[in-house]
Amino acid sequence: MNRLSAENVTLAYEQRVIARELSVEIPDNSFTVIVGPNACGKSTLLRALSRMLRPSEGRVLLDGQVIHSLPAKKVARTLGLLPQSSVAPDGITVADLVARGRYPHQGLLRQWSPSDERVVQESMERTGVAELADRYVDELSGGQRQRVWIAMALAQETPLLLLDEPTTYLDIQHQLDVLDLCAELHEEHGRTLVAVLHDLNHAARYATHLVALRGGEVVAQGAPRDVVTAELVERVFGIRCQVIEDPETGTPLVVPAARKARATTP
Amino acid sequence: MTTPKTTRQPVLRIGGRLSLRIRVRSVAVVLLLAVVALASAVVLIGTGDFPISFADVLSVLLGSGHPADELIVRELRLPRVLVGLLVGGAFGLAGALFQAVSRNPLGSPDILGLGQGATAGALTMIVLFSGSATAVTAGALVGGLVTGTAIYVLAWKRGVHGYRLVLVGIGVSAVMTAVNSYLITKADMVDAARAVVWMTGSLNGRDWTQVWPLLALCAVLVPLALANERGLRMTEMGDDASYALGVRVERLRLVLLACAVLLASAATAAAGPVAFVALTAPQLARRLTRSPGPNLVPSMVMGAALLIVADVLSQRAFGSDQLPVGVVTGALGGVYLLWLLVTERKAGRV
Repeated sequence: MNRLSAENVTLAYEQRVIARELSVEIPDNSFTVIVGPNACGKSTLLRALSRMLRPSEGRVLLDGQVIHSLPAKKVARTLGLLPQSSVAPDGITVADLVARGRYPHQGLLRQWSPSDERVVQESMERTGVAELADRYVDELSGGQRQRVWIAMALAQETPLLLLDEPTTYLDIQHQLDVLDLCAELHEEHGRTLVAVLHDLNHAARYATHLVALRGGEVVAQGAPRDVVTAELVERVFGIRCQVIEDPETGTPLVVPAARKARATTP
Repeated sequence: MTTPKTTRQPVLRIGGRLSLRIRVRSVAVVLLLAVVALASAVVLIGTGDFPISFADVLSVLLGSGHPADELIVRELRLPRVLVGLLVGGAFGLAGALFQAVSRNPLGSPDILGLGQGATAGALTMIVLFSGSATAVTAGALVGGLVTGTAIYVLAWKRGVHGYRLVLVGIGVSAVMTAVNSYLITKADMVDAARAVVWMTGSLNGRDWTQVWPLLALCAVLVPLALANERGLRMTEMGDDASYALGVRVERLRLVLLACAVLLASAATAAAGPVAFVALTAPQLARRLTRSPGPNLVPSMVMGAALLIVADVLSQRAFGSDQLPVGVVTGALGGVYLLWLLVTERKAGRV
């Protein structure tokens, strides 16, 4: 049995239902990427998996227990989340922000242990922001800032790490940079990563497990090689395309059909 | 103490298990403000129709003073000054809590209508029942608590969010101001005069019966607030990020808002709605410590220092008991509020 899964969850904001009776298993030690068109419920699913959103029906299980019934700090030592939007407090330095990732490991009388110190330093080195330690977060570029947030999530030392659209608003170089970092984090320590991504080709290249959503339903899931087909892309995204082999990595590469060809789509 | 590489922030370690993070600058600011507050308190005790020198006040406080001084200090001036310190501290801490929870420098008891709510409770007692001093205090406390609860309930929509809290508070404040104006027009001359003095905020005639309840309340609420400061600091990063780190955001807000409402209501009940201390103390403290985060202890000590210094100023400039301290804090705080609005406007935050 896998550590994280959603069982028959119905996800809704107020009265607006996003998904009904959705079941998803996150395979252990996978780099799972959730893809789908806008408003398909992929970020909502990630919010439910990370207990930010309480399902109106069904349950999310972490290590066999309902995630909402577990103590908040205990969950935070097992599962980390990089939200889509976080606010860096005014005038905070990189090292201080990364150090906040240690919160679930600390207590009122144990505010800063030597292991906190070591983990924060390692997290900054791991994400390449160690030399920025004393800089203010406000003065960093978008790509650097995203690395700092990932360092904070890493300092949380969780075997499971969830990332909500970690590449949005970044240029192509920094997108690849963040995805490379994710792949490395996945490879070491057998960490399980779950990310929501917009770019299907990035997903196909980096994911070991792909979950394709449309209208709040899982249309397909599995290894990108098995899942990403022209037929599936049309079903999920509604575009005609060819799927060829990526000349660099051998993973599936989606090439949308030319404008005229797409215009004749039935 | 060791200075770690990554944070340059000293850590106090006792044995292997206990470790506390310390900001040197914040500690220095707190000590400095405490010295200012206590020194001003000694000056204030010596001030009045019967002046007592700084040295004589100190010797009375240390238990070896002149018997005549002793009576004046122990029974009249010391309780008044203690009420001032406690009220100022409570306002400072309440303001810091409100501003941190609402994530808005304008989120203070003055602006949110807690002061007006407590005033409505006090005026009801003065005008409608011609109540005793105790009844007025109780009325103010109840008025503040009811108003605080109303603001929380009205602002609650799947959790309380900063902006809505401030907007709802401003609305409630307007309603309570109208209620207070109505009560004043209903009052006869004697009650109206009493009401106006109460509404300005004053330390005149405060004695030990005000000190003990305030002290007891602070003894419970201050540790409770400080124990939650680390969690509160996490919420600066947004609800999702702090919840992901294991902070139970909604419960934290409820506990801290309850603390803040109780502190502000109790302080208002004891000394009237002393204007702007809760608004200015956290902002001034933050500028001195230059530290991100709620700055709870510095705000509390700053509140106490502000109130006592303002009281010394009003007594020295206008003679004893002539000018209520609320007039001085109001005048200084009003200027500060204008400055805050202008700078926040420039920074695009208001």
